[in-house]
Amino acid sequence: MFKLWTSIKKDFRVLSRDKVGISLMFLMPIILVVVVTSIQNSTFQLVAKNKLPIVICNTDTGKSAEQFIESVNKIGMFTVTQTGKDKAISIAADMEDQDAMLGVVIPPTFSADVQKRAKNASDKAMAAFSGEDSLKTTPEAEVGLDALTLYYNPVLQESLRFSIQGAIQSALQIVQTRQTLRTLYYDSNEKELPKSLENEMLNSNTKINMLPVSKDGTRRTPNASQHNVPAWTIFAMFFVIMSLGGIVVKEKVSGSFIRLKTLPTNYLVGLLSKQVVYLLVTLLQAGVIFSIGIWLFPIIGLPPLNLPSDILALFLVTLVCGWCAVSYSICVGIFADTQEQSNGFGAISIVILSCIGGLMVPSFAMQGLAKTLTNISPMHWCLEAYYRLFLENGSLKDILNNIASLFIITVVIQIVTYWGLKRKNLI
Amino acid sequence: MEITGGPLAINIEQMGFRYPDNEKVSFANLNLQIIRGTRFGLFGPNGAGKTTLMNLMTGVLPADEGSIKLLGQEVGKKNKEFNKLFGFVPQDFSFYKELSPAENLEFFGAWAGLNQKQITDRTNELLHILGLGDVRNKPVEKFSGGMKRRVNLAIGVIHNPQVLFLDEPTVGVDVQTRTAIIGYLLELNKTGTTLIYTSHQLNEAEDLCEQIAMIDEGKIITQGHIDDVLQEHDHHSLEELFINLTGKAFRD
Repeated sequence: MFKLWTSIKKDFRVLSRDKVGISLMFLMPIILVVVVTSIQNSTFQLVAKNKLPIVICNTDTGKSAEQFIESVNKIGMFTVTQTGKDKAISIAADMEDQDAMLGVVIPPTFSADVQKRAKNASDKAMAAFSGEDSLKTTPEAEVGLDALTLYYNPVLQESLRFSIQGAIQSALQIVQTRQTLRTLYYDSNEKELPKSLENEMLNSNTKINMLPVSKDGTRRTPNASQHNVPAWTIFAMFFVIMSLGGIVVKEKVSGSFIRLKTLPTNYLVGLLSKQVVYLLVTLLQAGVIFSIGIWLFPIIGLPPLNLPSDILALFLVTLVCGWCAVSYSICVGIFADTQEQSNGFGAISIVILSCIGGLMVPSFAMQGLAKTLTNISPMHWCLEAYYRLFLENGSLKDILNNIASLFIITVVIQIVTYWGLKRKNLI
Repeated sequence: MEITGGPLAINIEQMGFRYPDNEKVSFANLNLQIIRGTRFGLFGPNGAGKTTLMNLMTGVLPADEGSIKLLGQEVGKKNKEFNKLFGFVPQDFSFYKELSPAENLEFFGAWAGLNQKQITDRTNELLHILGLGDVRNKPVEKFSGGMKRRVNLAIGVIHNPQVLFLDEPTVGVDVQTRTAIIGYLLELNKTGTTLIYTSHQLNEAEDLCEQIAMIDEGKIITQGHIDDVLQEHDHHSLEELFINLTGKAFRD
């Protein structure tokens, strides 16, 4: 134990004097968490609170086009600016001038097309009411509507583009439905549809209540902090490879290793002490990053991080994840011949592990081989456990499977490391 | 010439070794005996195999054939307790440069099997003898080359080894430091410690060594008491003998 204790003291002293290593392990992940959460939060805000600027070029003179613009306004997601009819071709320039991410060109035949379509639907309905063959009416394909064109800035992410497309589609649907109702009412009653009835028919949509599910029945709405802080804390823990991997290589290739080999102590004691010291580092990293989420985020205008109710479960999963990160770093250090190899491979491999582990793309969105590969990434098991705790307010029993999987991966890494030590005649 | 005259610190018999990727530095059927308590010098040109032989004698490298015994015990039998018997001062600075001399000695002392009190006592003694008392708590990376050499030496002897291997312990130091190190080694030898030493400083070796061996291309080309060897080859200095036996051509 004395040998282990002096080794721990030595490793702690070496680490405490490695200012670059400490910066890499603490400062960089903290900056990463703050920046990523801020960006993610801005995206949430952009969709939920801020409005997307949109330029609409209406080349039509009919009422349906005006109704469409009104509907787009009513969605609440956009700040609408109209531009002149002659700007259809140069709408991209207008978008740039007005700093708009989106542009819509309403074709000149829009209102006429909407009316044609409404008339066609109405005729079909009237034919059906009177028992005539509805196929005698104009087929839908023959209506031949001109497309409405939506321009977008390529920086918009695909998921956001699909949301925008859905919103525009719903505005179109309202315009079309209103016109169809009016036409149908007129055809059957030979008088205008009363405004009050029209509003009632169009606005009676069932509302959607969005409620987050949770293990304990609480309804805590997730935010950018709940999503990002746990995810990037895992990344930070694996970031110890940038210091630890290099230290293992440095010790291995330096003269001190020759001396260590000639002393009556097994090098495994040295590796055990590194595991203890760096495991404490990973726990400290998690503690610091969670604290920043809890106390600093509200000060800088980000949503606060809410800790899960089962703190023991949070500690256990962090402990096993930290051990896994440390074991992986030592393993890379043992197999690498130079610090450059260790740092290069280490950095790239943790980015790959984080990608397949679901830190960058949600693992539920993955398919086929990618979905299978998530299981080999320790980050996946840890992230899933963190999400159960932070987002679903789960307890220890909900994450036992994740802890067991992390533990098995760690043991496999330790076995590979031991094999490497034997193969390289280091023990 | 077979060395006789006492119990052996090192006994190498029919030893063979070859690096997998380097045919040049290898040993075949090497025999070497070093008497316990002696001051033994191992010399040869660059690439002759001096450091490799040191690594073989200390168990850092495993021999392919034959046997190497240190104080009667087979080297490389994975008996870590056996490693308490000897100390090693490698050619490279073999310590943690971020740590102070006291912190390095604490760590290496513990790994050498000493307890806290023994470490404290030996640290105070060695830092005083080697003139490092005033800088005991300063990081070694800020030291001069000579001070680093003395730290390197102190770590090698912290556990009072019976056999001390020294691979070029005075390379790159000034005359004062060299004199201090050689003086300390001579004192250490008086307490019974066997010194096994390599160097290219042959005039220094004449002051320090009693027994010598010269190796070249993995073979011992001469060995024995320094006076006997010089007399046998009719030379007045080790440098003359060295040039005569190994030639003037560059070796690296």
